[in-house]
Amino acid sequence: MTDQAYNFAYLDEQTKRMIRRAILKGLAIPGYQVPFASREMPMPYGWGTGGVQVSAAVLTPDDTLKVIDQGADDTTNAVSIRTFFERTAGVKTTTRTTDASVIQTRHRIPEEPLTDNQILVYQVPIPEPLRFLEPRESETRKMHSLEEYGLMHVKLYEDISRHGHIATSYAYPVKIEGRYVMDPSPIPKFDNPKLGDMAAIQLFGAGREQRIYALPPYTQVVSLDFEDHPFEASKADHPCGLCDATDSYLDEVIIDDTGGRMFVCSDTDYCAARQAAGFKGKDAA
Amino acid sequence: MIELKNVSKTFTLHNQGSAVIEVISGVSFAIAPGECVALTGASGAGKSTLMRMIYGNYLTQSGSIHIGDLDIVQAEPREVIALRREVLGYVSQFLRVVPRVPTRDVVADPLRALGVSAEEAQARARHLLGQLNIPERLWSLSPTTFSGGEQQRVNIARGFAHEYPALLLDEPTASLDAANREVVLSLIEEAKARGAAIVGIFHDEAARDRVCDRQVDVSAFTPGLAA
Amino acid sequence: MRPLLSVQGVAKRYGAHIGCADVSFDLYPGEVMGIVGESGSGKSTLLNCMAGHLAPDAGQVVFDTRAEGPKDTVTMSEPERRMLSRTDWAFVHQHARDGLRMGVSAGGNVGERLMAVGARHYGEIRGKATDWLERVEIDAARIDDRPTTFSGGMQQRLQIARNLVTGPRLVFMDEPTGGLDVSVQARLLDLLRGLVRDMGLSAIIVTHDLAVVRLLADRLMVMKSGRVVEAGLTDQVLDDPQHAYSQLLVSSVLQV
Repeated sequence: MTDQAYNFAYLDEQTKRMIRRAILKGLAIPGYQVPFASREMPMPYGWGTGGVQVSAAVLTPDDTLKVIDQGADDTTNAVSIRTFFERTAGVKTTTRTTDASVIQTRHRIPEEPLTDNQILVYQVPIPEPLRFLEPRESETRKMHSLEEYGLMHVKLYEDISRHGHIATSYAYPVKIEGRYVMDPSPIPKFDNPKLGDMAAIQLFGAGREQRIYALPPYTQVVSLDFEDHPFEASKADHPCGLCDATDSYLDEVIIDDTGGRMFVCSDTDYCAARQAAGFKGKDAA
Repeated sequence: MIELKNVSKTFTLHNQGSAVIEVISGVSFAIAPGECVALTGASGAGKSTLMRMIYGNYLTQSGSIHIGDLDIVQAEPREVIALRREVLGYVSQFLRVVPRVPTRDVVADPLRALGVSAEEAQARARHLLGQLNIPERLWSLSPTTFSGGEQQRVNIARGFAHEYPALLLDEPTASLDAANREVVLSLIEEAKARGAAIVGIFHDEAARDRVCDRQVDVSAFTPGLAA
Repeated sequence: MRPLLSVQGVAKRYGAHIGCADVSFDLYPGEVMGIVGESGSGKSTLLNCMAGHLAPDAGQVVFDTRAEGPKDTVTMSEPERRMLSRTDWAFVHQHARDGLRMGVSAGGNVGERLMAVGARHYGEIRGKATDWLERVEIDAARIDDRPTTFSGGMQQRLQIARNLVTGPRLVFMDEPTGGLDVSVQARLLDLLRGLVRDMGLSAIIVTHDLAVVRLLADRLMVMKSGRVVEAGLTDQVLDDPQHAYSQLLVSSVLQV
């Protein structure tokens, strides 16, 4: 049921056009943060207002939407955004990665490889990868425009000096087509290799920070590293307790108060599909 | 090696009613390599002023002062700096150094500035300090804490570290005991023997008579005094 | 020999007020020049105009670049000027916190310029940082400590290490010993003198401390009301000042 009090997908057409222009600019300059006039959304900042505005701007009535939070379709954030678009846009929704044409995500890339008729929309809390070390926006903009990215390596250097290895495990900075350094949003670095050469369009929306950036299909994405400390896409060294997958990113779940725990796929759809296909992990019921 | 022609100097004291004091005028003399000339004259005659003019420390209003080929009156600062590094040495009565720097480094410094290796410069410094009877236990300390006589000897060691072709000596034997005075005089004689042109101020007449070939009475060039 | 830096007719106004005007001089390789004057005399404005932090209203600041020879840094592109300022130029601020990243370890602070010019080998970067900490007399064991845990003198030495690690040819210093205890100042001066000589650095030092220029600078410029009133050999300007203001300045100091 569409709630007729709202325009399609909540935002008015002028706003969606403005956002689309920002998206097109972002696609034309991969990795570049395009400022946009972020709107107040009926949800608090930090709950995906940037991603929601980008999704609203790209959705058409024929689309099928999937929303995931940390890989799961059934968490509060994912459920409420999905419901939001069901009510305001009346689009079909799904939990199946392969069935979706638009996927809004918080902190994960689905395990199932995406195709060239899909769009992946990321919710981004802090779009500026240099912010950690340089608080001045005027200065970070200049650093991007002049390709002064030494500071990014200072961050990695600090990691190694403190932990003996690059301990940054999510929001791991990447360089796009040899030009812009970009924050891939807080996805685990396990997902970083999937960013590059992806068939789907990837759009990043930061509502509070009022920035949109994008990766067109098949973009070169390189994770920053040192020659003697190369980038490694790491995950917990276990198979999934439910579907026995060894190639998916795992969440560690504490199951009792005596130290019991299990590792399960963070991508619930991927895990469910494998279980349906007959794969069974050691903790499966 | 050192040649002064018609040199004069005035001080203008802007903050004391712009008083103009003419301290020296019409000085002309020359010093050949291997020659040592003493500046004489009563206190206040302008001996130290003239020596400072030769070093470029005081500005000369007119005339020329050639050290080798360079006229220090007309020279650019960087030319004077190079001249002082390579050609023109100066042993003043006061030791001016960065606090905390060990004595052996103070003495080695002129050689280091010339690009001499640290070891070689240090070796020369140790030799001179030994010769001038500065106890070895003091070499690693800053000379700022030394007695007047010790500071004077450190200053001399520094001034003789490099074999300057031209040397200015302001009271080099003042406040020295007989043994050290002898060392300094022999250093001056060695410098002369290798061809250094030397200008000195000596109140110590015996020393002056021993090392100097000639005397220039500065009073003759002092406007107030000559009359 | 060609000047490393040639400043021609540099002027900067703040509305009707003159920041600095008609400043011209040549600085040759290996020379250290001091700029002295009272607060508001324009010395810091001039320094910032030369270092590219302020755009002068008139004049040229020609630097002898490695690749292309003498080039006016005022009219060169900003990327080029910024590249200079992290390779061939260095700037030592009076307050270490302006020149350091206080949230980054000592090693990271020193390594930043290396990484900025493309160093990508952690071990080598760390090796150089260790070497430089030792050169500025900071215990190498402190390499992973943040500068917030350092004393004022150590912070200033760290700032110097961070600036010199890429082997610059020209160092701008703004009151480098200001705000430090006298004993710490002496140590820093000694260190700077050694580095200037061993690396063949050229430097421009702005200070109001005549003792600092006496010990560090070969040449001296005295500024008043935005203009250079006297320039020459440091010891000559200090011992035989010609201009009324220089005489006043020198006679106002107890002993230098």
